[in-house]
Amino acid sequence: MDNRQELTPAEKRLLTAIQEGLPIEPEPFAVLAEQLKTTEEKILEMLAKLKKEGYIRRIGAVFDSRKLGYVSTLCALKVPEDKLKSVAAYINSLPGVTHNYLRQHEYNMWFTLIAPSQEALEDAISGIKKITGISQLLNLPAVNFFKINVNFNLKEGAPDVE
Amino acid sequence: MLNELEKAIVRELQGDLPLVKKPYQAIAERLGITEEELLQKMREMKERGIIRRLGVALCHREVGFMANAMVVWIVPEERAAEVGKLMAAFPEVSHCYQRPTYPDWPYNFFTMIHAKTAEECEKVAANISRTVQIDDYQLLFSTEELKKSSMQYFME
Repeated sequence: MDNRQELTPAEKRLLTAIQEGLPIEPEPFAVLAEQLKTTEEKILEMLAKLKKEGYIRRIGAVFDSRKLGYVSTLCALKVPEDKLKSVAAYINSLPGVTHNYLRQHEYNMWFTLIAPSQEALEDAISGIKKITGISQLLNLPAVNFFKINVNFNLKEGAPDVE
Repeated sequence: MLNELEKAIVRELQGDLPLVKKPYQAIAERLGITEEELLQKMREMKERGIIRRLGVALCHREVGFMANAMVVWIVPEERAAEVGKLMAAFPEVSHCYQRPTYPDWPYNFFTMIHAKTAEECEKVAANISRTVQIDDYQLLFSTEELKKSSMQYFME
């Protein structure tokens, strides 16, 4: 790890609150400050610090890709050990790949793929098979959604995840 | 479907919101509309479900949720709706989806579990297993995060 400091209780409260959503108001950070009984300056300062230290990846809107007309899927690829590096570099270079993980399984590379149409998605998958030379790819689009949200409770003394 | 203004709003909001008192003012200016028009449009897009939420994307590992397991399950088709509901109710489960199967991939249910340790993930999975009465499951721990980013829409 680097020299990043532990999260303070105030930072944990802020991260928990902001995950639930920034209000759609002209001065959203002032509203947040009021909720957390602090000042707008303090909120902006904390957010800038958390971003710099890498706790926050991005502050902005999260979209429902399907409502934007995009299609998405989860793919699993069986990559030989000696090709992991080159295959990862190629997969990561695709703009429609937002998440890519190595997992403990013979299907060892798991990535999400988003495309503007079903046709584009299938083209991307064919391209991956062709360029990597790996035909063992599972295309696993969600057919039923039961839960799609991530909210972590970081508050002191609260249960680990809420 | 989205009109051109809505697409332009998506392009603006998928980036990083500036950390200033009035973050929407400059965005509205770039779009050639007033701040109030932008906020009104955003509220409407939230209501339509286009904007899922406005907030932060955290780095889970950094905030202490070091372990993440993709838990895959074999759920009989006729129990899908009931089991999906039960699994989704677990607070440690962030995502729960049903997906297709293949000859070498029999698992049709996927739950993402985030916790502080691998042991905690295992405990949660065992708990879910008891609750839904399904023993056919496997935990796929991530060993490396190769990429994590936000999608850039309407850039083509």
